[in-house]
Parts: sequence; C-alpha cells; structure tokens
Amino acid sequence: MTRLGLLVAVLCGVFLGLGAFTFHYGEGLSYLSKDPKACMNCHIMQSQFDSWQKASHHTVATCVDCHLPHAFIPKWMAKADNGFWHSKGFTLQDFHEPIFIRERNQKVLYENCLSCHFDMVHDLLLSAKSDEDALNCVHCHRSVGHGETVGLGKFEPVNSEKMNQVGENDAY
Amino acid sequence: MRTKTLVAYGAVIAGVALASALVTALLMNIAERKNEAKNPYVRLVDVGEDDTDPAQWGVNWPKQYESYLLTAQATRTRFGGHGGSEALPEEKIERDPWLKRMFNGYAFSIDYRDRRGHAYMLEDQEKTQRQTKPQSGSCLHCHASVMPLYRALGNGDAMAGFEKTYKMSYKELNAMLHESGHGHPVSCVDCHDPETMKLRVTRPGFINGIKALAESDAPVPQMPSIERWRETDREEPYDPNSMASRTEMRSFACAQCHVEYYCSSAMPLEFPWSKGLRVEETEAHWDETTLPNGEQFYDYKHAESGARILKAQHPEFEMWSQGIHSRAGVACADCHMPYQRDGATKVSDHWVRSPLLNVNRACQTCHHVDEEELLSRVDAIQDRNFHLLQRAGAALMDQLDAIQAAKEAGATEAQLQESLELQRKAQWRLDFVAAENSMGFHAPQEAARILGEAADYARQGQVAAMKANEAVNEDELVENETNPVRGGLTGSR
Repeated sequence: MTRLGLLVAVLCGVFLGLGAFTFHYGEGLSYLSKDPKACMNCHIMQSQFDSWQKASHHTVATCVDCHLPHAFIPKWMAKADNGFWHSKGFTLQDFHEPIFIRERNQKVLYENCLSCHFDMVHDLLLSAKSDEDALNCVHCHRSVGHGETVGLGKFEPVNSEKMNQVGENDAY
Repeated sequence: MRTKTLVAYGAVIAGVALASALVTALLMNIAERKNEAKNPYVRLVDVGEDDTDPAQWGVNWPKQYESYLLTAQATRTRFGGHGGSEALPEEKIERDPWLKRMFNGYAFSIDYRDRRGHAYMLEDQEKTQRQTKPQSGSCLHCHASVMPLYRALGNGDAMAGFEKTYKMSYKELNAMLHESGHGHPVSCVDCHDPETMKLRVTRPGFINGIKALAESDAPVPQMPSIERWRETDREEPYDPNSMASRTEMRSFACAQCHVEYYCSSAMPLEFPWSKGLRVEETEAHWDETTLPNGEQFYDYKHAESGARILKAQHPEFEMWSQGIHSRAGVACADCHMPYQRDGATKVSDHWVRSPLLNVNRACQTCHHVDEEELLSRVDAIQDRNFHLLQRAGAALMDQLDAIQAAKEAGATEAQLQESLELQRKAQWRLDFVAAENSMGFHAPQEAARILGEAADYARQGQVAAMKANEAVNEDELVENETNPVRGGLTGSR
C-alpha cells in the first residue's frame, strides 16, 4: 500500500465515521419507522402532533396512515420524496410558513380517507367526472386528523432595514 | 502514469474532503435545530407589579420587547392608520367633513386624527388639541401604565384609587403619573402577571364592566366562562382572572380598552354592558343612566340642533363579539398578535397591528388560501361598509339641514323633540361603526345592520323635522331652499 493510498483510505474512513455519527445523531433510523414521534424530530410538526392527540382519529390512525400511500412501493417513494423536501426545507429554513400540504400529498390523503370510508361515501363519488370534480374530504372535515390550524408563521428578527421599510410599502 | 495516479488520488481526496465538509455542516445544522428546543427564556432581572418600564422586562423577553417597540412604526392600510412620513396622521374630520359637523359641540370637532401605534398612545393624548378643553383624569385609565398610581391614590386599593380619578383633571393626574415615574404607554405589567407571565386583566373599568355583563342575561356564546358562571349560585362575582380560559383572556386583555365607555368628570369611567354588548343594548344602558344632576345621560349637546348626543368610542370588542370570528373562538390576539415560530418556541408577535400587514401569520394559519385572495376578500367587505357609512353620514347631514330649516322657520324645541330623539339614535349607530377600527370587518353583517338603522333613523328624523317645519307654517307650505328631499349620496354602485 502506498502512502497516498493509506491517506485516502484514512480520509474515507473519517468520512464514513463522520457520516455514520451524523446519521445516528440526526436519528436517521427513526425515519424508517412509522412512529409519530419521528415526525416530531423537527419541531415544525409540533402543533400538528399536539392537536392530533386531541383529534377524533388519534386512536385509529397515525401520521403515516393518512399521509403515506398504503402500498409498499408508493409508500417508500412518498417517504423519500417528502423526506427530501422536509429535510431541505428544515435545513435551509426556506419553506412557506405556515406549512401547507402539496397537491401530490393532498391526493394521497384523499385516497386514504377512501381506504377506510369508501363504503360510506361511494355514492358521493359517482357524480365526479374528473379529478377536478372529485370531492376533497378535508375541505369540510378539516379537524379530524389534527386541529384546524396548520401551524405557525415564521419569526422574522427585527432589524433596522425592516424597520425602515415598514409603512412605506404596507398600504395594500 | 505516475501523474495520472496522483491526479486520481487528488480528486478522491478533494471529493472526500468536500463531502466531509458538507456532512459536518449538516451535523452542526442538526445540532443547532436540537438546541432550539431548549430554554425558551432566561430571567435575568426581576420584574414586579411596580415595574412599568417595558425596557426592564425586555431584558428577560427580548423578542417580545423588540416587536413591541415596532408599534412606533407608521403603518397604513386602505381604511386605517397613517403611513406618511409627516409627523402627525391626517385629520379625519377634514377628510370627512360630516364627521366634524356630527361632533359639533364636542371636542372631537376640534381635532380627530387617524390612529397611530400603541407606542404613541400617551404622547398623542397629551398633545391632542382636544386638551384645549378641560379633560378628566379618567382618560389615563387606558393611555398609560397607570396601575401603580391607582394603588398609591387608594392606599394600596387600586379600585378605590381609580374611583378618585374622574374628579381630578387630566393635567393634574398626568403630572402625578410622570412624577411617580410611570409615564409609559401600555406596558407588559398591564396584561402579564410578573411572576408567571400569565395573561391577566388589571383595568377597573373592564373588571366592573365584564361583571355587569355576566350578571345580565344577554347571550355570550363567545365567552363560555361567563355562561358557566351563570349556572352557579353566583356567590362570588364573575372574575375573569380566575375564571376565564386562556382563549378568552387573549381577547379580554384587549377589551380593557378597545371598547365603548363613558369618560368624563360627571361620574367614574363606565363600560355600558349591563344589558349586553349589542348596539341597542349599550344604548338602552345609557338611556336608563342619569347624570348626577338628574338629567338623562348624554355626552354632549349638539351645537346646531341641541340634541343630547351619545358619543361612541371605538367599540372593537363589542363589534368583534357579534362577528363570525368570535363565534368560531378566534381571539383578538390570534390575528393582531399571531404566534410565530422562532426555532422551536412560539412567540406572540407584540407588534400589534392590522392583520392585513401580516396575512400569512394572521390569516393563513386557518385559511389555506393565497394572500392576494384573502386581501381582496377583506377589501370587498370593507369597501361595502365604507360606502354604506358615507351614505348614512349623508343622511345625517340632511337631517341636520332639515332641523336647521325648521329652527329658522321658528320651530320650538318641543316641536323638534321627536327629530332630536331620532338624531341621538342615528348618531349613536353611525358613530358606533365610524369610530370602530375595522371598517366593518370585525362583524360585517352587524356593521351593515347598524348602518342601515343609522340611515333610517336619520331619514325618519329628517321627516320629523320637516313636519315640525310645516307645523310652524300651517297656512303656507315653505319650499325649503336646500330641498331637504335630495338624495344625499347617489349610489356609487
């Protein structure tokens, strides 16, 4: 083994070790579970978690029961997709606050309402001619999963620039 | 060959180094996020009941304090506030001359401007031209951090101290306030218990008012703790500080001041809630109140007509209580001081301002609709109310013209009595909406109902004045030069 080879091996080892520690420290494994507490690692979901505990579905459904597809492959695809965007948003703090559900996840949610309640509502769905016509259960039944409010707006630190802007452009 | 190997090794080393740097950055980022969840605040200095200087509290709660300081910023929306760089806001009474004529005979016809933020409440009150008339000490109830002064005046009993202040002049009490070092606008201690930071109410006017409301039988579905208290044996009077829920307190704290009240030197400051909060219920309260000299209650005599007028003062709490938001359990603070996420803590925004300047936190928490859409919904509501308000104002002006004409024709006060009663009713309603700071948004349908009644009473009063005019001239019908039947504002829609 050349000296350079040794150096590269050491560096790769350092990288692997650092990576493994980061994965452990960031509770990476918990994201493979379906424990609602994992969704709470980032405190963005604190208000959703708190109100879910008080909401009507808390004894029959956890986060993933409503928010992830039930079939194996789509489930892990959705997990990877949302995992990426959540991680990016929380790391860079660049997402819209209060957090809104994306259209793709809205569809997943709707499918999951039907997976339990289809027998009760299938008459309602017969009239739908297209996706646009489809009913959106949570439009009316908003508080079944977690409270009606979606979370919090973001804190913006007060600085002189902001203070000088105020009042100039605020007449809408 | 050797060069190639070196380059390859070099590339691997650089790549691994870069990847390691990124992983380390991520590691630190995660560590930061985890730390956010610790220690919401550190109490560095002690604060107590007599600490009215917000800067001292600001040491412990810098985020709240910094946003509180922003109430010194000029902010403006289409229908409210003051956004210019000029020192003082515009005169409302110059922009809407009917307001000036409506207040003729009262200090509001001298100086009545657009609002500014909380930071200016004391300064603006000290400097207003309305101070050219004698004003009562009662007014400091809501414009300064006055509780320590009340306690001093009452030898420890704030309620007793408060009851002394209506007889004192504003200038005298204001001088005492500054001498005792409490010359601050509304401050932390006015709404927070210094030991626990729990929300509370301190103002005697509100404590008496809400007690009277609880003892009435007006339905108050938006205040469930009152409804619950009514079911008890009522041995103890209703006490918001120990009985109200946190959500109710998030409105009650504001209702200490953002209400209709009487504030002058004839009797102590009073909130007219003994029959309920609606416009006709507070009116009935005043109608059944007598002044110390035995006369039926009034705020001022109208300089033109002589009618005994009720002045409405910004009844935001009363208007909110009739709206859909209060019915749905939304408190003042939910929209005017919405929570913000700061790391892992919730911080209430103490920059109290119009929610229209803060749509994503104030509205989008519940309404998952884009900002433009929300703003235009609000604008539609306010625009309708604004035009209705102008129309009712025009009706009142026509009534005053008709009274003027009847007086010139020689009508007596007895003949004009009916019209003057109607002017009192019309003006109370008109002012109830005009003085209320939301251009109808706090309860759109209620505001429109009140304005409809205002215009109707003014027109009835106009007819009554015309009849009085005719009664004077039984023999000849006098065509009034000003043609009192003209329509006022022609509909803009």
